[in-house]
Amino acid sequence: MRVREIAHARTGDKGRQLTISLIAYRPEDYFFLLDCITESAVSELFAPVIVAPVLRYEIPTLHSLNFVLRRAPEKSVTRSISLDTHGKCMGDVLLDMELTGN
Amino acid sequence: MKSVRIGCGAGFSGDRLEPAVDLAERGDLDYLVFECLSERTMALAHLDRSKNAEGGFDPLLAERMRAVLPICRRNGTKIISNMGAANPRAAACEVIRIARSLGLGGLRIACITGDDVLGLIASTETSYAGHDELPAGWRDDLISANAYLGAEPIVQALHQGADVVLTGRTADPSLFLGALAYEFSWGADNWQILGQGTLVGHLLECAGQLTGGYFADPGYKDVPELAQLGFPFADVASDGSATLSKLTGTGGLISRATCIEQLLYEVQDPAAYVTPDVTADFSAVEIQPTGFNEIHVSRATGGPRPAELKVSLGLWGGYFGEGQISYAGSNALARARLAQSIVEERLAAAGLLELECALMGVNAIHGQALSPPASEIHEVRLRVAGRARSMLDAEKIRREVEALYVNGPAGGGGITGCARRLVAVESILIPREAVQCHIHMEMA
Repeated sequence: MRVREIAHARTGDKGRQLTISLIAYRPEDYFFLLDCITESAVSELFAPVIVAPVLRYEIPTLHSLNFVLRRAPEKSVTRSISLDTHGKCMGDVLLDMELTGN
Repeated sequence: MKSVRIGCGAGFSGDRLEPAVDLAERGDLDYLVFECLSERTMALAHLDRSKNAEGGFDPLLAERMRAVLPICRRNGTKIISNMGAANPRAAACEVIRIARSLGLGGLRIACITGDDVLGLIASTETSYAGHDELPAGWRDDLISANAYLGAEPIVQALHQGADVVLTGRTADPSLFLGALAYEFSWGADNWQILGQGTLVGHLLECAGQLTGGYFADPGYKDVPELAQLGFPFADVASDGSATLSKLTGTGGLISRATCIEQLLYEVQDPAAYVTPDVTADFSAVEIQPTGFNEIHVSRATGGPRPAELKVSLGLWGGYFGEGQISYAGSNALARARLAQSIVEERLAAAGLLELECALMGVNAIHGQALSPPASEIHEVRLRVAGRARSMLDAEKIRREVEALYVNGPAGGGGITGCARRLVAVESILIPREAVQCHIHMEMA
């Protein structure tokens, strides 16, 4: 099962930082996300495009997680030469992550 | 009990006009806010101003004002916007001209200056703390420097009777907080309520992104009538709690899910969202549906505002060159890959600072490492992009892709290309006291 089946996401940017929210459709799935989508799992997933470990913030009242990814200086919104300079499509990498276990 | 209705008419510089006009017309608004400045928009506006002393404000200012000024005057709606960009005074003059031409005499236009700190940043030898490390020799590449102002000058402008308030760089949520703090006489150190008001501003500031824009994922998250997307407004109570909604008859969706996506949008630590006004805490916010497309938000709080203000620096960042070419039909992928290797070989000695080749439809968005292996696809587009020391070198990229017509694999088509100077943005922090705001009031 992919993360997309149980959660939705929105990606934003602030300079070199990418922020990806992950929101459980059903409140009861929040704890499953909390267990599976750890800082180390997300750091590993995005390893090719980040330069520091991913930070995760937990917002239990909104059954949501918020991830902060740090990109290389040449990959900031205004310096990147890539097609998606903002990195706004990166949330879909997280949504396509395979959940193992249940 | 008093309630203030505040709507958002734009979430970025190029945003759609029709939903804003609809909101002005039918929304029964007290305030209509247009948020139109991204990080880089400001540096580009400064370049515009350097070519034309009367320019440097939002390119859609005149179109927006012509459309909404008469309606807002009729309905008693005040307008607040950062469309002043790099030249709030010129923007105010433009609005006065428009107001007079529409017979709206007596309209009071305020503009707020003081965010432009280029003189200070360029002249001093102080080494400022950056959010990130600044590139060596950054002062030589400096185009612009603008401090993020808070809500206070907007409160003052409204006290002076402004019908329209134009700012340059102001923190996005502060555009909304200014109106609310003025209406409810919120104290500038009442952190709890300023945190709640900042939440309302943050939720509204991207306009359609609260009402179902940037949300739809067919089969997972469906949004009705997205083509007719309506913009949001909030009915705010004196304690800062608010009911978010949109006009009946508009498309889109306001739900708990759209609100949570927008609440966390571009936020790092939800318990410490720093603006010039407050360090807002969204970690215990309650979001309750109260009706059809109607959501109540409460329980944001906050702590003291930061001692320093963020300053956004516009810097020259070298030259950018790009070329694209498509291949289609069977074996398209192999031909595109051949084209890529040819361009890479031909550009190897061009002295470029950076070169990135990717196949659109295969690996151009997530990159090779995060994309699954490509299988045969019907259409693929090669994109070659690079950064160079000169415009001439940047042009080489575009020219080598163009040359693939005659000098590359079979069946390439649809070539496009460009070369331009790059404007990059970095940020630093300066002491709050170093920034002095001024309010200029004029009557149409």
